[in-house]
Order: sequence, then C-alpha cells, then structure tokens
Amino acid sequence: MDQERIEIRWHGRGGQGAITAAKIVAHAAFVSGYKGVVMAPTFGTERRGAPVFTSLKISKNKIYDLSPIETPDMVIVLDHTLLEEVNVTAGLKKGGWVIINTHKPARDYHFEGMRIAVSDVTTLAREAGLPQGVVNSGIIGAFSKASGLVDIDILVKAVEEEFRDKKPELNSASARRVYDRTEIGEVR
Amino acid sequence: MHMIESGNVAAATGVKLARAGVIAAYPITPQTPLTEKLSEFVASGQMEAEYIPVESEHSAMAVCIAASSAGARAFTATSANGLLYMNEQLHWAAGARLPIVMCVANRGIGAPWTVWNDQQDSMSQRDGGWIQLYANDHQQIIDSVIKAFYLAEFVSIPVMVCYDGYLLSHTYMPFEQPDQTLVDGFLPDFKPKNALDPENPSNFNTVTLPDVRPDIHGNIAPGYMEIRHCLHQDMRKAMMVLEEIDMKFQETFGRGGHPFVEPYLCDDADHVVVSVGSLSYHFRDVIDLLRKEGVKVGVMGIQLYRPFPDKAIVDALQGKSSVFVFEKALSYGNQGPLYADIKAALYPCDNKPAMHNYILGLGGREIKTAQLLETVRTACSKPKWLGDTPIWLGLKCQE
Repeated sequence: MDQERIEIRWHGRGGQGAITAAKIVAHAAFVSGYKGVVMAPTFGTERRGAPVFTSLKISKNKIYDLSPIETPDMVIVLDHTLLEEVNVTAGLKKGGWVIINTHKPARDYHFEGMRIAVSDVTTLAREAGLPQGVVNSGIIGAFSKASGLVDIDILVKAVEEEFRDKKPELNSASARRVYDRTEIGEVR
Repeated sequence: MHMIESGNVAAATGVKLARAGVIAAYPITPQTPLTEKLSEFVASGQMEAEYIPVESEHSAMAVCIAASSAGARAFTATSANGLLYMNEQLHWAAGARLPIVMCVANRGIGAPWTVWNDQQDSMSQRDGGWIQLYANDHQQIIDSVIKAFYLAEFVSIPVMVCYDGYLLSHTYMPFEQPDQTLVDGFLPDFKPKNALDPENPSNFNTVTLPDVRPDIHGNIAPGYMEIRHCLHQDMRKAMMVLEEIDMKFQETFGRGGHPFVEPYLCDDADHVVVSVGSLSYHFRDVIDLLRKEGVKVGVMGIQLYRPFPDKAIVDALQGKSSVFVFEKALSYGNQGPLYADIKAALYPCDNKPAMHNYILGLGGREIKTAQLLETVRTACSKPKWLGDTPIWLGLKCQE
C-alpha cells in the first residue's frame, strides 16, 4: 500500500473500544512518519452494544477532508457477529483487507476479490490475562500482521502508552500474541 | 509536544495552559467532552481553578460575568440551543466589557432537534458585541483559545472561539501542545481595569438615561449611547490588537500569520471560494484537483468574523472574476450572513467580482469532495451573477 492516503474503517459495538484501537493506530502511524492522521468516530448517538464504526485516515501529508470514509482500503471487525447485522465491506476497494476477530478459520469467509485475515482475539486476549471481552488492544496485532503498515513494536509501545493506567503489559502481550497468531487467508 | 486528541481536548488544554481561574458550564452535545476534560483537570489538581457546575447555560454565563467582574479569568463553553439560552447574558457580558472567553462547538439549532454540525448558532450571535474567531483544525483551536484570553483582556471585550461540532470537536488529529512556560511568558496576567473590591465599593452597569448626566463627582459621565459607541470603536480597534497578538504568538510559537483570513492559492486565482471553519480546509483538496485541471481557483477561510475584517477581505477579493461563498448558516428570508457581509464590503470597489451564495451542510448533512468539486467547477465555467437567492447544495427531496 503505497498510495497517498490509506483509509481504514473499524467496526465494533458501542463500548467495545473501537475508538481507542483506532486512536492507538493513529498514534503509532504518526510516530512512524505519517503526518496526516485523522480519526473520526460515528457522529451522533452511540449506545452500548449497538454497531458503531470509526474512520481512520492515514497519509504522509496533512489531511483536510474530514468527511467519513466511503471507499476504505481496509475494514477491521472487532466482533464477527456484526457480519450478520452490518455490511462491513460496503465500499471496500477491490483487493482490500477484511480483518476479523473470529474463532472461525479464514476459509469460512468469502469476500469476492478481497483479502482476509482472521484471529481469535477474544480467546487470545483472555490467555494474555485480560478480562473477558477486551479485544481492542489485541486486534491491533492482527492489523499489523495483515497490513504491514505500522511496525508491531511501535504499535505495542502505543498500546502501552494508551493503557498506561490499565494493565499496559497485559494489553501489549495480547497484541503480540494476536500478531503471532493471525491467519492470512487466500485471495478468492 | 505533539498530541493526537479530539478538538474538545485541544480546547480544554488551551484553557488549562491559559490558567483560567473560573470555569462554569452546563453540558450540551457536542461541547460536553470539553467541559468534562476541564472538570477532570480541576479535580485531579492539574489545574488550579474553580469549576462551578451550573443548572443552565444562562447561569453559566451569569457566573462568568460575576467571576470576571471580580477580576478572575473566566471561561465557559456551549453549543446551539445552549448558546441561545444564554443570549441575554451574552449581550450583558459584552456591554459590561468583561473579557470572558467561550468556546462554541458549532451545532445546528432546533427545532427540529439536531445534534450535528452547522454554524447557525454562533453566526446568529454576530451582532451581540462579542469578538468571534473561527478555527479550521485542532492546532488553530488550541492556539486561538490562548490568543483569545490575551485579546479579550487587552480590549475588554469577550471572545468566542468557534469550531465545528463533531467534524472538529470529536475528530482526533495531531497538534502541537504549546509549552506551559512559553504560554506563561506570552500571556500576561489578567489585571482588570475595574473589579469588584469590598475595600472600595462601587456600582457597575447601573441604569443610564437617554442623555448624559453628572456622576457622583459632578463630572459629566457618558450615557448609554456613548458607552455603546465606545464598544463599537474598541471592536474596530481590536483588529489591530489581534494582528499584534498574532505576531507575538508567531514569534513565540512559530505559528500564525493569518489573523483575519487564511488564503490558499488565491494570489493568482481568477475565482475564490470563501468559507468558514473546517470546510475552508476541506476545500483545499477541491482546489488542488481543480488546479490540476487548469482552473485558476483558490480558497479563503474567514478566521475573524466579528469585528468584520472588511479591509483584508476587499484586498483579497477585489479584481477577481468571481467569489463563491459557501455557508453553513442562513439569515432566513435573506442570504447567508457571510455572503451579505462580503457583498457589502465589496460595494465601494470599481472592479467587483460576480458572487454566488451556496448553503450546505445544515444539521450535519454530509459534504462530499466530489459534490464540492462539481459545484465549483461549474461555477468557474460560468462566473456570472445569478442574483442573490442562495443556492442550496445537497437537498435530497422536495419537501
């Protein structure tokens, strides 16, 4: 991905921490030399458990357009049950990434012309010592492994910084664990 | 130090760096995270200030008026109907010449209810005697808040720092956090010209009569009309002061240089788009695309709306073939307020550009680059007067 601007859409449920995950990636991307990072949550009314999405734009230059993403290069899904409620690949560019937190293998998913990466973040995060359901630090490992956009070491530092008061080492361990156990599927 | 945070946190950080002494606020979307952050700063001891939670915006402004009258650096923030609810106190703060600073996270006004962005709220307050600054990104929010205290206290006029709700208030982007010691060196302590003092009792803002009359010392004191004339004169002088403050800020922090308007590729342009807030930055992408097509067009953002920087605007726009004013506000039954102001400023010029007025983005209606591109491309190909009736962009059905 060497285009001028990379657009990532994060799908989660209200309260799941998709905004925090996007914020961590924004920090790490900025540290890695991307001068333009803009993260915009769903504008309006969020409710716990309801589907929400967050837009993250990354560019080498300052970003002036703050409008929501329409044609993402990548979508990251924090909860695979969202696939039944939301068209997560809406507008996704051909050859774009679909990264899902799921216990199912990559071959179980069929997104025409898209690349797929899966990891059982929910289980791996718990194995790393985090409470049940904390997936927003772990999913960052899958993002790094699949996209290669931002180095995992820089991301892990950003995770520890964001969670500095909330078990930073368990959150970064979760990200690393997911990074090591992300399955990249075949392009179909 | 760089931060990646929301526009509301940028504003709160500016207020902390400026060492505001009294904060009174009532929560309203999309301003709420700003005042939440300030209460957090105060509760955790990061900020030495009195945080007064009140039961309404009217009281928030009343508390700021009292605090400022007692000589404290006072701050509040609001949006939309909250701003309107404090309306009577806004006029009072200006008339009483109290240097209060307020952030307005711009939001559409109900009815019908909307929590999303447009600029009708602060634009409708343009005649109240407050100085109005508009920010285009988070860097301008934090920098403007610091400059606003300086300006307000220097000219004894309250200042609104306005920024787009959600688009800026809730969006995260990188910005430089000014160093506290540099801010302390830049921003002088607040030394009020007149403050409430129990040792030296006096009356403030008592009733005036239509004519002048002698004060208690027997001297002829100004009446209502002289006092209001003075406010107007000082508003006009505030432009010169803002220019100096901006220069001093630039020397200290290395940022600034556009206190009145911020032009982008306007010098050689035949056509200029004019807008306020984050939309003026969004237009830069559109201008870049049109320049590649060979269209000589630029964009100018209005940074200071009151006092109206008519000279800077005339200098930038006279002699252009056309000027397209895009607004997220409307004087219902007339035109966009900015359009009307710019047209009036250009009236004495010999070489007046043709002008179009576009109304868009009301109540958060999405504004897309492709839509702006198509509109400006078409406008540049036929740069003629179309009459003053505003053109609505983005309407989806006829009501």
